[in-house]
Amino acid sequence: MKTFKGRPVVPGTVEATALVSHGGFNTLASFQNALQFGDKEAKCGDQNNTDIYEKPMVGTALCLPQTIGSTTGGMVLYCAKVMERSPACMLFSEHIDSLAAAGAILGSVWTDTPMPTIDCLGEEFLNTVKTGDKIKVYEDGTVEIG
Amino acid sequence: MDYKMELTPEQLALLNGEQGETMAKVMKTLVMYGEAFGATKMVPVTSEMGHLVTSFGLKVMTPVYDLMDQLIAAGLKSKQKFSVDPKPVDPKVPSNFIKNFVFNKFMYTKQDSYDEQLRKLGLVGDDAYTCTCYMNEVGNLPKKGDILSWAESSAVVYANSVLGARCNRNSGIIELFGSIAGYVPYFGLVTDEGRKATWIVEVKCKKKPEAQVLGSAIGMKVMEDVPYVKGLTDWIGTELDDDAKAYLKDFGAATASNGAVGLYHIDGLTPEAVEMGESLIADNAQVYVIDDAELERVKNSYPVMWKDKDKAPQLCFIGCPHLSLQQLKEWTDNVVEGLKKNGQKKVSVPTVFTAAPAVCDEFNKTEYAAKLAATGVTLSYICPLMYMNNPVAKKGRVITNSNKLRTYTTSRYYTSEEILDIITKGAK
Repeated sequence: MKTFKGRPVVPGTVEATALVSHGGFNTLASFQNALQFGDKEAKCGDQNNTDIYEKPMVGTALCLPQTIGSTTGGMVLYCAKVMERSPACMLFSEHIDSLAAAGAILGSVWTDTPMPTIDCLGEEFLNTVKTGDKIKVYEDGTVEIG
Repeated sequence: MDYKMELTPEQLALLNGEQGETMAKVMKTLVMYGEAFGATKMVPVTSEMGHLVTSFGLKVMTPVYDLMDQLIAAGLKSKQKFSVDPKPVDPKVPSNFIKNFVFNKFMYTKQDSYDEQLRKLGLVGDDAYTCTCYMNEVGNLPKKGDILSWAESSAVVYANSVLGARCNRNSGIIELFGSIAGYVPYFGLVTDEGRKATWIVEVKCKKKPEAQVLGSAIGMKVMEDVPYVKGLTDWIGTELDDDAKAYLKDFGAATASNGAVGLYHIDGLTPEAVEMGESLIADNAQVYVIDDAELERVKNSYPVMWKDKDKAPQLCFIGCPHLSLQQLKEWTDNVVEGLKKNGQKKVSVPTVFTAAPAVCDEFNKTEYAAKLAATGVTLSYICPLMYMNNPVAKKGRVITNSNKLRTYTTSRYYTSEEILDIITKGAK
């Protein structure tokens, strides 16, 4: 088991299976089709993201460096949360970006079930974690792999 | 809630619910957002108007409309009137039965009710739908030093860089919350330190660089950092006239979409660079030299997403971000000249020029309107990006001179000169 310590942007405890995007995660491109066409698994629709394209995102521990793309990103993430299509948690290797922060915080303040969001986990975290790994997230920002 | 930043008694009152539970949640969202970026305080929004990014009544965004209803039910409203991004549909834009069906019966079924929500929250007028709210004809023109609560990456980078206003790259909803509370967190591009350049870009081209490619190259290199660009005034002058502003509008949109630039300084031209010069450059700034070969390399790296790359284009969009009045006139002259040179009467590819409704109105008052109509080009207020961002439209072969549109859709990029050549030559 490997342990990493990050900063809880939205604190919480959760266990989930890792889904790893090594490149920037385009929120709009990834969720648009899933939200638009009622895909309950929320399969990633971003064809430019070869790591996770067409893989289910719902209920996963989404591991990523940052999000990229349209400034609607925060809103899209919030919609995914409310519509129960979001990951169980988001784990950022870098400092969270403003769009993802908006989505995670909107989900925390305006819904009853916040999505734990940890950032600053470091480059080694993203080099270590693999899609399919079991992940445990703790309130203080500790993340266990395996 | 636990927080580290310093709040004034007025801000604390909002957070503690003295203006109701919904306003307290708005303030809590803003405080948490600021804390995530190390904001030390909240500062008042000082601009006369706001600008929102979300203009589309997309059925799938129901949670957003429900949230808007909560704000309206609580009697909350933006403290400034605001403009908003362009509408996603315009009956004038070439379409077909399937597209119309998908747009009107499936995708944008919430447009009318969302427009009504925007009016209740403070939309300045029914023609305030544009990404270029800062055009004189539209009138949402912040002053230097104004603190903004805006979203729309191309408008934010223009306001920060060309107008000298101060705004972070906000997400949709956050910008509305800032306008409702009247405060934004003090971090990033709102601060003096956050406006310092961590990149020096040296433009060493032998011909005027295409704004959209230069912006793309810089965006991809510096990502969210602030670049200080030297050598560009050799090509666009030292005066912020209509030509320079239009160039910087397109350049900035490319920096913001191909990277995540929220502010750039142009040596000898943009207000802070004129005022403070190289003192804006942070210690240990990195250097990026751009010449003609580098721009060619960047342009050639753009993937072509069409299924059949050799087939003729089916649609052309010019105006992402929306065109200025001056650009509309220039494009009209160029298309008329091009058609004449090629012995044609109408453009060979269905072509749409897009601009703010207020700019379209002004244009339609001039002699250019009839000249443009005669070429077969459509003038529209539509958002090309929203038009293309769906499974039906994205299969079409669309060409554009916009690097933002290229980045977010399957459209194919050509320079303005190449586009002109394509649309004014006879169909193959």
